[in-house]
Amino acid sequence: MSSVTVLQGAGFDGAIEIRDAGLLGMITLRGDLASPTLNAAVKTATGTAPPEMGQIVHADAQSCAWMSPDELMIFAPYAQADEITAQITGDLADHHALAVNVSDARAVFDLSGNAIRDVLSKGTPVDLSPDALGLNVVRRTRLGQVAVAFWFTSETTARLVCFRSVGAYMLTWLSTAADPAAQVDYH
Amino acid sequence: MLHLTCPNCGQMVDETDLHAGGQAHITRHGAGASDADFEDYLFMRKNPKGVHFERWRHVYGCGKWFHAARCTTTLQVFGTYSAQTLTPPKPLITKIKKLRPEWEGFEK
Ligand SMILES: [Zn+2]
Repeated sequence: MSSVTVLQGAGFDGAIEIRDAGLLGMITLRGDLASPTLNAAVKTATGTAPPEMGQIVHADAQSCAWMSPDELMIFAPYAQADEITAQITGDLADHHALAVNVSDARAVFDLSGNAIRDVLSKGTPVDLSPDALGLNVVRRTRLGQVAVAFWFTSETTARLVCFRSVGAYMLTWLSTAADPAAQVDYH
Repeated sequence: MLHLTCPNCGQMVDETDLHAGGQAHITRHGAGASDADFEDYLFMRKNPKGVHFERWRHVYGCGKWFHAARCTTTLQVFGTYSAQTLTPPKPLITKIKKLRPEWEGFEK
């Protein structure tokens, strides 16, 4: 049986373009983020040191996002997720830490266009002005009625992650908020 | 609208990103406690008009608990601080006393 994303390629073109990011490896790592061993394990897995609080760092095909004071999320090619999870688990065998492959538990959206900040503003209390939310700042918050994380990779591109179980709702919500007849032109 | 700064992730967040956890710093009487103490722990809460210490969870964000001191009538926020403490930090108490000279002070 082959893996599929919950969106199965669905998207929407309106005030912004909404795309299924496709199968993506995601590994949740919980542990002491100050531990040199944990930091070394992340560097082996991603090629980069973990990010500062609230940030995401990118290196080649991998990224690493700060999710909470004891949690990172590693993004990698889908096919490598199990291998990376095993490598981190091995590196941290003697530590109080946990790495889990959650690739199939999430839905990932790629957003592009000039109105991303306007569209997201319709459903989250976060201040989305460029001064308040710069590039590669991971913001975990509420969008519509569900928990999401999003970050801007450029002024016109952003990535958004939510739980797989609400992926279809999220696509409907985003498509409604991006209705061309309901543009805000604020940001 | 209430905004609190989560001390765990540094973000200033809206009330709708948070989950209210009720009065802070209550003593958790458990097995072996007297009926009166257990009743206090389960049911008795303060309901001040003014300075209040509360527990909040950044539920839509980093997921962590923290403490907040605020005024229940004006929503003025005096400060937020770590969940890993049994009493409010002294500098915060001093700050609130300065802002609200009539305040009777922190009582368990
Ligand atoms: Zn937080």
